[in-house]
This record gives sequence, C-alpha cells and structure tokens, in this order.
Amino acid sequence: MRQQLFTASCVFAGVIAGVCSTPVHVAGQAPKAAATTKGSIPRLADGHPDLQGTFDLATLTPVERQAGTPITLTDEQAAKLEKQVAATKNYQARPVDGDRPAPPVGGDGSAGPAGNVGGYNSFWIDSGSHYSVIDGQKRASILVDPPDGRIPPLTPAGRQRVALNVRPTSDQSAREDDPGFEPNGAYDDPERRPLGERCLMGFGSTSGPPVLPNYFYNNLHQIVQTPGSVLILTEMVHDARIVRMNSEHLPKTIRKWMGDSVGHWEGDTLVVDTTNFSDKTRYRGSTENLHIVERFTRVDPKTVLYRFTVEDPDTWTGAWTGEYPWQATDELMYEYACHEANYALGNILRGARLKEANDAKKTKQ
Amino acid sequence: MRKTLTGVLIAVVAAAAGALFAVTAIPLSGQAPPYRAPRTADGKPDLNGIWQANSEANYDLEAHMARPALALRAGPYGPVPAAAVLALGAVGAVPPGLGVVEGGPIPYKPEAAAKKKDNQDHWLERDPEIKCYLPGVPRATYMPQPFQILQSQSALFIAYQYAGAVRNIYLKNPGPPPVDSWMGQSSARWEGETLVVDATGFNDSTWFDRAGNFHSDQLHVVERYTRTSPDVISYEATIEDPQTFTRPWKISLPLYRRVEKNAQLMDFKCVEFVEELLYGQWRKTPLPR
Repeated sequence: MRQQLFTASCVFAGVIAGVCSTPVHVAGQAPKAAATTKGSIPRLADGHPDLQGTFDLATLTPVERQAGTPITLTDEQAAKLEKQVAATKNYQARPVDGDRPAPPVGGDGSAGPAGNVGGYNSFWIDSGSHYSVIDGQKRASILVDPPDGRIPPLTPAGRQRVALNVRPTSDQSAREDDPGFEPNGAYDDPERRPLGERCLMGFGSTSGPPVLPNYFYNNLHQIVQTPGSVLILTEMVHDARIVRMNSEHLPKTIRKWMGDSVGHWEGDTLVVDTTNFSDKTRYRGSTENLHIVERFTRVDPKTVLYRFTVEDPDTWTGAWTGEYPWQATDELMYEYACHEANYALGNILRGARLKEANDAKKTKQ
Repeated sequence: MRKTLTGVLIAVVAAAAGALFAVTAIPLSGQAPPYRAPRTADGKPDLNGIWQANSEANYDLEAHMARPALALRAGPYGPVPAAAVLALGAVGAVPPGLGVVEGGPIPYKPEAAAKKKDNQDHWLERDPEIKCYLPGVPRATYMPQPFQILQSQSALFIAYQYAGAVRNIYLKNPGPPPVDSWMGQSSARWEGETLVVDATGFNDSTWFDRAGNFHSDQLHVVERYTRTSPDVISYEATIEDPQTFTRPWKISLPLYRRVEKNAQLMDFKCVEFVEELLYGQWRKTPLPR
C-alpha cells in the first residue's frame, strides 16, 4: 500500500515538475550578499545593527546530517531534494473524496503527520520548502561543529538519563502516527506528555534556546530591540524570551523554562548567554546545567545569521555548534492560544483510562 | 436595642457608600499633564520599562467593600466563604477598593447586568483567570503582576508576566483583524505625550475582573498611556461594546514603574499549575480531590 502511494506521488511529481521548479530560485538569491555586506546593514541610533523584524525559520536543512557527507549541497542536489519535497506536499494536498469510508480501526498504518487515523494533511503544515543558504551555499546541516555534522555522543550519565525517558523534553514532539500506547506509563499523568502537547512550550525546541526550526508549522519569530532589552518572541505558545543587556545572571535558585538570558555586543554581533534552565526543560535530555551561547549577526537587510553553541558536560562529551539564517518575512503573526482550547490533553488521558477499562472488561470475559 | 443598632449601622454604611461615590467621581487623570517624559531616539515619549498596577481593579473594577471571599454562600448571619475556598481563610478574602470606573457603575444593558451577577455567583467555574487563560484587554494591564513595554522606533511590544501573555502593538494599522483572539489586535498612534492604542478583534471569552464583569466579541478598547512622572504612567481605557453596555465607559488608574534595580519579568507559566484542576481526574491514579 505504502509503495503504491509513493509511486503515485512520483507520477504526480512528473506532471507538476514545471511548477515545482519555479520557487527553487531562492537558491540563487543574492549569493554574494551574505556575511560581507556590513556597510549596508540597517543600524539603530546607538550605532548597533538593527536586528528587528519578523522572521520565518522554516527550512529543509536538518539539525544533523549523515556522517561522512559534506556540509554543503550542490545547487543541483538541493534542487532535486526540494523538488521531491514539493511533489510530496502537492500530493498530500490533493482533494480528498468526500464519500471516502472511515479509516480502519487503529489507522491505516501510514506514517507521518498526514497518516494513520487522520492527523493533519499538508494544508496545515508549513515546514519549509528550501535548504538554508549561507554565503551563497546550500547547507546540508545546521550543525557546523563537530565538523562531521553529528551531535557529540552522550556521556554515560546522559545516556542513562535519556534511556529512562521518564519526563518529556523541550525538543520532543507528540507522535502524530503513534499506533498505540508507548511504554513506561506515557499516558498515566499530564506531566508525562510532551511539553508541546501540554501547551507549556512549542515542540522541536522552537522557543529554545537553542531556537530551532520545528519542521512542522508556525515557525515565525519576532525580534524587538531596545537599549536595555532584546525580545525574542516565538509564535508557537507565544513564548517571549527577554534578554537583559549587560546584566548578570539570576541566582542559581531561580530557574526558567527558557533559561535566563543576558546579552552584550561583540562588534556587530549580539551575544546572548543563557543558563539557569528549569530541570523540566530537558532539551534533548540535558540537565539544568545546560549552557547556550547564541550569536545574532545582521548579514543583510533581509537576513539575521543565527549561530549557537550548546554545552552540558553532564549530557554530551563535548560542546556543539550550529548556524542557520533567519529570513525576514512580511507575514503577520497569529495569536497561538494553545492552552485555552487544549481539549486534546484531557481527552488523551481520558482515552487511555477508557482503553484500560475496556481492556480490563475483555480480560474478564 | 439590637434593632436600634442595626438602624444606626445602616445609616453609617449608607453614608460611607455616599462618600465612596464622591471619591470615585474625582478623575485620576485626564487633564493634560505638565510633565514631559524622557524621549526615545526618535523623539517619542519613552515608555520602556517594567510596570505594574497597584490597584484592586482585578478583584472588582467597581467600588466595593471588603468581602469574605471571591466565592460566597449564605451563612446564618450573612455571606461566608464557599466550601471550595474555605481553607484559604483571610488569604482568600477580597480587599476593598474605591473602583476605577469613572462616573459610577458600569452601564450594563439589563440582560447583561443579570449575566454579570450570574457570572459572579459562578466565579469558580467561569473566571478565565482560574484556568490560566489569556487575560484579554484591559485586564492584562492590572493583573497583580508586572509587564514590560518594549518600545523602539519600528516596534512596540507588551510582554505580561501573567500567563506569558503578549501583545505586538502595530505602529501601522494592518487593517481589520483576520480572526478574533484572546488578546485582540492592537495598533497605536501618538497624540502628543500620549500613546493611544486601539484594540479590536477580541473573542467573548475574557473577563474584566474577578467579579464577573464581562463583554461580548463586539468589544473595542481604546487605551491611553501617558507618563505623568518618572515612575508613573496614567492609564485610561475606554470600553465600547454595544451588545453589552448602553454607552462607552472608561476606567483610569496609575501604572507604577517597578523601581527595583533588578526588576524583570519572571516565569509565570500557570498552565502547569492548573493541570491538576483541569486534568487531574484523568490520571491513572487520581489524587484525592
């Protein structure tokens, strides 16, 4: 069944190939403009670069890449991959038959957000259509260090913590294609559900830090810059991180979901240092000693280059660094009022209790 | 004897109520203030900072005496705290306030006045603050927690500590709001020393306070922020909602700068704090309720 679908999407891709290739020109957009145009960037009255605006962080460039592959893609490689993504999206966006029968009990087994018992189809998803471009080159991974594009191995303690998997993490997504119940009591209590599902933070580390594309939807971010504070707003769950300029960190007794961020300028780069994470954030299974350094550089009027270094000796055997461009957009942000209509969380738990009751009844019979 | 005392008491209470009204009638602001605020780089009055109302407005916008609790039931000698809030004792009591509504009570239409009273009687089930829902406007301003105004030449943004609520205030009106929302759509203009924020596009799900004061999705709020001294903003909000009120009405109250050297917004992600209330019954092993 899955194979048939794949074939169908390929055929479909063939038909619309002409349309697909049109948007790919972003690849060649101003390749010479990056990193070197310092003279022409917008500046504020105090002389610092103006980092403000609304940015769309959606990208096809993944955080990590396959070991042994180069950090850049050729324009041909990128165009081919982008075309495949466009074709899949077009296929998933096809009109559905209003008279189609209900999906089989337990889902049709197909994977991904559009699959199984009726997750979102591609109309709802805005996960990016292009690979990120830095210095005119398409990037195969956000990770730049270690140079192999892989996050360093976990320490033994980190491995143990991640294996236990008792509490969700800030990068974790609810599984849209979850065919059944996860082990370890994942449906026993609200605290065991992903932070995004609880409307505490967006999924995929979208609010960060590190701020990452969530590869799904609502990837808009806004920067507002005042002399004393810089605001980094994440559309998803309206998370506002306020960076205090030239300040000291809070006492270690004060912990925050997105950590405590203080900033300073190094030349034309805004450097933001974040510590004091809550032990519930657990980005990729890290501890509350997670330390993130972010560097925001305005490389041209449409682009802020975002670079970050992640460090937690209790979790990883080394620090790691990534970078990707934030592209300015004219899109307006919608209110992401998540908790106010979160019928899902209650119903997920309720469904689990219902299933347990039904299973118990069956065992009796 | 007791009857005489009651009579005297009633007289005293009536006199006190009269005095309350007299005090409410004095406008907190409105006249053009002589104060000239420090300027931002582009010459506008500088509203940047951490601000907070110091007011009983969130308990009840209207003039009110202290009450035993927000949720009440009849006792043998007058109202006593409802069972659900009894354990809070004096912590759960309502502090008195002279009110922030200019010119007397809120001008509800008759059916809306009945709904307001019903809201108050069902406060525990209905106040969106209890469920950590976004507070709406103007309630966000006078929640008992600080908020931060971030003002630059190209942006104006208000971040509220309560529930991490946010408002991006457009400096150029983007046109009609595409959809109703909890915090509405706001756009601003300057009138001399005053920032005037026009807010529309609200849903009907927020309240004005813990006393059941409410509105419909026809709500239109015009806020005026005027600095009147180094550490004070005079705040006014004109509230218009022809579905609920007979005429527009206005609240006014001062906002104070949090002058502590380390003043800043902290985390108040109350979503986590209401999970037991909203979802606790669906735990595998529910806690006693």
